[in-house]
Amino acid sequence: MPQSDEVIIKVENLKKWFPLRRSLSDITFRRPRRYVKAVDGVNFEIKRGEIFALAGESGCGKTTTGRAILRLIEPTEGRVEFLGRDVTRLDKKEMKEFLRRKAQIIFQDPYESLNPRKTVEDIVGEPLEVHGLVETKAEKREIVSKYLEEVGLTPPEDFIFRFPHELSGGQRQRVAIARALVLEPEFIVADEPVSMLDMSIRASILNLMLDLRDKRGLSYLFITHDLATAKYVADRLAIMYLGKIVEMGPATEIIDNPLHPYTQALISAVPVPDPRHKIGDIPIKGEVPSPINIPPGCRFHPRCVKAFELCDKKVPELMEIEPHHFVACHLY
Amino acid sequence: MPALEVEDLTMYYEIPFRGFVRAVDGISFSLEKGESLGIVGESGCGKSSLAITLMRLLPKNAKILKGKVVLDGINIYKLPEDRLRKEIRWKRISMVFQGAMNALHPIIKVGDQIVEAIMLHEDVSKEEAWKRAGDLLELVGIDRSRLNNYPFEFSGGMRQRAMIAMALALNPDVLLADEPTTALDVIVQAQILKLIKDLQRKFGISLILISHDVSVIAEMSDKVAVMYAGRFQEFGSALDVFLNPLHPYTKGLLSGVPSVKGKPRRLKSIPGAPPNLLNPPRGCRFAPRCPFAKEKCFEEEPELMEIEDEHYVRCHFAEELREVPWDASE
Repeated sequence: MPQSDEVIIKVENLKKWFPLRRSLSDITFRRPRRYVKAVDGVNFEIKRGEIFALAGESGCGKTTTGRAILRLIEPTEGRVEFLGRDVTRLDKKEMKEFLRRKAQIIFQDPYESLNPRKTVEDIVGEPLEVHGLVETKAEKREIVSKYLEEVGLTPPEDFIFRFPHELSGGQRQRVAIARALVLEPEFIVADEPVSMLDMSIRASILNLMLDLRDKRGLSYLFITHDLATAKYVADRLAIMYLGKIVEMGPATEIIDNPLHPYTQALISAVPVPDPRHKIGDIPIKGEVPSPINIPPGCRFHPRCVKAFELCDKKVPELMEIEPHHFVACHLY
Repeated sequence: MPALEVEDLTMYYEIPFRGFVRAVDGISFSLEKGESLGIVGESGCGKSSLAITLMRLLPKNAKILKGKVVLDGINIYKLPEDRLRKEIRWKRISMVFQGAMNALHPIIKVGDQIVEAIMLHEDVSKEEAWKRAGDLLELVGIDRSRLNNYPFEFSGGMRQRAMIAMALALNPDVLLADEPTTALDVIVQAQILKLIKDLQRKFGISLILISHDVSVIAEMSDKVAVMYAGRFQEFGSALDVFLNPLHPYTKGLLSGVPSVKGKPRRLKSIPGAPPNLLNPPRGCRFAPRCPFAKEKCFEEEPELMEIEDEHYVRCHFAEELREVPWDASE
């Protein structure tokens, strides 16, 4: 099913600030509370059938963004419009009946995300029971089998009675995908779904996710630190740095023609599976600063090799520099 | 004379009442001075076991069945432990391993830890050792004033740099790096890899780099060994192995690796999972996952044969399959 123009999820000015613990002297002297600004004003939208990748280094806020959208953690500020409803305003009942049914998540580590004491049938069938969608055991088995087949665990009879420890890493991640699919969601957050898996089986999981998108018109927020994987799966890609999106656009365009100095550094650092290619000097200074003391102006300026006077004074906005290609940088 | 020669090295782990896990099974190679060898394989293929076998840092249940590791004319398995510790480890061969940055003692100053390593092996004064520790830190791009810092005052990348400094403290001939950048972010990874490469060139060190990451191996290695189920399946120059892979496993592995360069193509994976080395399959160990396997493959294990000049492959049908891409199996 091709991509449509229907916007399925729209994230506006999303923020997640984690308060820091205060010391007695902080309280006595009434110092203002300090925050880790993990996500600090993020905007994007995802269309039906689209795979939108959020990439960046550890600590950039990509995972927090994914979780805040699903309200697995409560956003500090901002709006998340999903299928026309503001997710941040849902009450408990609406959360269960709407958000928890229509949106799902796949976690990074299939060794930890599956309950070791439950069989595959119970793991995949649990959402059906929680939402009261099955009445009999036979019904549950039938539905679970259908989804196991869909994720390539065939024949399903061979898998339903197994426990997670009896499965390989790739098979476990397939079980996690089946569990995510069983409620027929329209949107899936996939948080580093292949980074714990062996090289030889990553491709099969990525291909499964691509095939499910094509077949069901699913939309994904695909969170990854690996730009090569992002280029492979994503239609559009956003690069995050210290809680903000610095560049966003069609994935191949961003990777082949990066405009933000941070994206340029990031891409030049990615190793390439070709012995004729050699990593050169990475055009970047220093190390990632703490998200507690975010630099003023452009938060990348202390590390930027192209920084000039304006950069430590004014925060650059995310602007459309080329058609569909957005960059937050004063150079453009 | 090569800097390191490994001959038929075989190390099994003994599991009481169940038998042996054949983690390192008949590994042979030699490494010239200044050369870099990349060993690539998936988790459980035996690559980290090979690393500790090369260093003779074995757990109690590890059994060396046969083979030798010859450094500078000396078989390290013929030396008593105290001479090995004093004369070989760190001085001739040293190691930076996975998560090494967490191996620093948390409440001893970085400088003191490097000084300790130097003074254990060489008869130098504390002042002299401190000065050398400062030189080493500068070598890896850290200001010498940081000798007085504790490890928690360093970032992950700096700790890994400090570990590299320590590994080079006694001018070893061979540096063994087992997944040296696996826990690091991509920019820090690139900086550390470049540092290792520069130091290797500068001092003519021979490097053995072990990684699951095909792309890291491609960037860093002159020669490449592809390891699967405790054995080298393919061995040759990086150009040969990556651009003209001959073993079906190598072909499959490379077809599944995405790249930021080049045109998008559909990635392919290898069906199934690696075998249990407690009871490896008869015949070729890759046969159960190999789409090209024939009857012979399940009966007789192939030898590592020189199929092209200096390009070794362990496959009965390497020549027949020379031009056959991995996709042809579908």
